[in-house]
Amino acid sequence: MSNTTYTDAGQDVHVADSSTKTIWKTFWILLIITIVEITLALIHLNTGFPPKLLVNSIFIGLTIVKAFFIVAEFMHLGHEIKNLIMTIMMPLLLFIWFIIAFLADGDSWKNMRKNLAPGTAKPVEKVQVIHEEGGHHE
Amino acid sequence: MDTAVTAKKKWWSGGHSPFNVSYGKLMMWYFLLSDAFTFGALLISYGTIRFMSTSWPDPNEVFRSFPGLGHANVPMGFVSLMTFILIMSSVTMVLAVHAGHQRRQKDVAKWLAWTIVGGIAFLSCQAWEWTHLYHEGAWWGRNPFVNADGTAATSNFTNFFFTITGFHGLHVTSGVVLNIIILSNVLKGTYEDRGHYEMVEKVGLYWHFVDLVWVFVFTCFYLL
Repeated sequence: MSNTTYTDAGQDVHVADSSTKTIWKTFWILLIITIVEITLALIHLNTGFPPKLLVNSIFIGLTIVKAFFIVAEFMHLGHEIKNLIMTIMMPLLLFIWFIIAFLADGDSWKNMRKNLAPGTAKPVEKVQVIHEEGGHHE
Repeated sequence: MDTAVTAKKKWWSGGHSPFNVSYGKLMMWYFLLSDAFTFGALLISYGTIRFMSTSWPDPNEVFRSFPGLGHANVPMGFVSLMTFILIMSSVTMVLAVHAGHQRRQKDVAKWLAWTIVGGIAFLSCQAWEWTHLYHEGAWWGRNPFVNADGTAATSNFTNFFFTITGFHGLHVTSGVVLNIIILSNVLKGTYEDRGHYEMVEKVGLYWHFVDLVWVFVFTCFYLL
């Protein structure tokens, strides 16, 4: 940057044009993914067609794709050297354990409340749910 | 900055940053990493509580209003607009950073100004949404919405919604404040005198992070 010569400046402009293109390309990717998500949510809302589990998996997958483009292109991490990429991305691997452990804990908590507290007074609907689930298990 | 990056370069032998970025930028990255864990912890605790609940309010029932449309049922409508505004403001921010690389002072100022406009627009949308939900009876500790299966819901839903979107909104607010400070420095010529616009890049990293968090908040509260 400091010792800018004429040729350097020329290269700068060239690089600039291609990176402006990348910026807008990233914008369109993010916009299209968001529109797909919203459309899918509305289709599911009106027809119930793609099963909830499938729709949610698609949403999470697309969210990670969007996150990738924001971090790699807008935050420029994809163009940094490997050392920087690793020092940022490696600690985030903890999230894999973090998410699995806590969601599994929440799920087991729900099952314990349903199965281990059969005598407690509950709203009618909830009792029905317990009955069905209990019958399923036995 | 534009040092040739070759595979054989000994990054850890000293004399230069092993990360090939300035101290300030590296520290911004580390701060954002810690902030990612803060938001991650909030969203995962929300997920945990949701997994332990037998049922949960349907977001399409809760978030279905649009300003000026009265009682029209527009699920996802308003939040789509908010998402679009935030993505757009991220784009104007990259364009500001980009203009900074080329030392085009006026363009940096122009794109930063648009980013500030986007940030304020997003915050206004959030203010409207919060006010609307408040008038429907939702607030911390109060939840007027029923679960998807028709049972009465606890206030877990509203507590998490207001806490997490509020914490995100706080980040947007401080981002707007930072952008305003940076814009005034750009206009004063501080970075022109300094010879580089790296400060715009650092604040830009923060701004994109705020957009990144919104992507996850959007999925967790409005889609799932």
